[in-house]
Amino acid sequence: MHSFGQRANAIITFSLTIVAVICSLASFSDNFNTPSPTAEIEVSNFNWFQKQRNGNDEVSLTLNISADLQSLFTWNTKQVFVFLAAEYETPQNALNQISLWDAIIPSKEHAKFWIHTSNKYRFIDQGSNLRGKEYNLTLHWHVMPKTGKMFADKIVKTGYRLPEEYR
Amino acid sequence: MGWIAANLESIRALQIRQLLTQAVTLGIILSSALMIWKGLMCITGSESPVVVVLSESMEPGFQRGDILFLHMGNDPIRAGEIVVYNIKGRSIPIVHRVVEVHQRQATEELDILTKGDNNREDDRTGLLYSPGQLWLQQHHIMGRAVGFLPYVGYFTIIMTDMPILKYVLIGSLALLVITSKE
Repeated sequence: MHSFGQRANAIITFSLTIVAVICSLASFSDNFNTPSPTAEIEVSNFNWFQKQRNGNDEVSLTLNISADLQSLFTWNTKQVFVFLAAEYETPQNALNQISLWDAIIPSKEHAKFWIHTSNKYRFIDQGSNLRGKEYNLTLHWHVMPKTGKMFADKIVKTGYRLPEEYR
Repeated sequence: MGWIAANLESIRALQIRQLLTQAVTLGIILSSALMIWKGLMCITGSESPVVVVLSESMEPGFQRGDILFLHMGNDPIRAGEIVVYNIKGRSIPIVHRVVEVHQRQATEELDILTKGDNNREDDRTGLLYSPGQLWLQQHHIMGRAVGFLPYVGYFTIIMTDMPILKYVLIGSLALLVITSKE
């Protein structure tokens, strides 16, 4: 006969295997979702624009963000982390990415939103290159699953330009 | 007392050949665990391919006790990715999101700023870096999180909180290996 230990071992191993299989199936099922999110981003105002004492440019701006991210949600989605980053190139840096605003979307009902906000995090350059600088605003999202693989993607909006003079 | 005596008796009753077999089995178990760990290190390119989330700074995305799978990859770190970084002189690696990246033109060196989703401030203002440190560099990064498994790591948290449990567990496992007849 089998001992108690052997029985317990068999039950635990079997149940863990089943849980692992179900988790990987749930994660795999995310592949069948082909999301089609949309976003509009408008810079409605430059609140102020100045050079800090240490020589770095800083700008404060007001944003209108509207997005529909409902199609990102599946049954295996715990939340979607969404953030807006300014991206630009300077003579010194090949790429600068600065997060200006972010939010956690807990459910599909909240995934279609419109927000009018000034930048939540400071927009500071490494140096003094922001006057008249052309930049992209990119809406990134990061899908955090209940279990398994994480997904990320973005929408890039081009053709934004900062003012020529400090104000 | 009778239980201990019985166990001692069973140990004494073992043949030398059986003892050797068990030593080999134990060796195989230990070395295969080590092989899997080191193999994962090679495949993922991360010095610690699996980490347990220890803090609440990434809630509600990651909770205490969740397990993250790390992968290093050759692509440069970009904003939005969740990275695990280790600051010299701090014992615990930190899992946070990259919010700012500056990449040099010539050298492609990175300046990285991180922040916990659940924290109000970024990690520089929150004093998680070394005093005076403004940015993270590539060499601070241990890996980026690619996969996620809830709750599984809670066991390790319990064991770190109650070290006695760890010794009891290891002791009883060792006893089980020694006394088992197969």
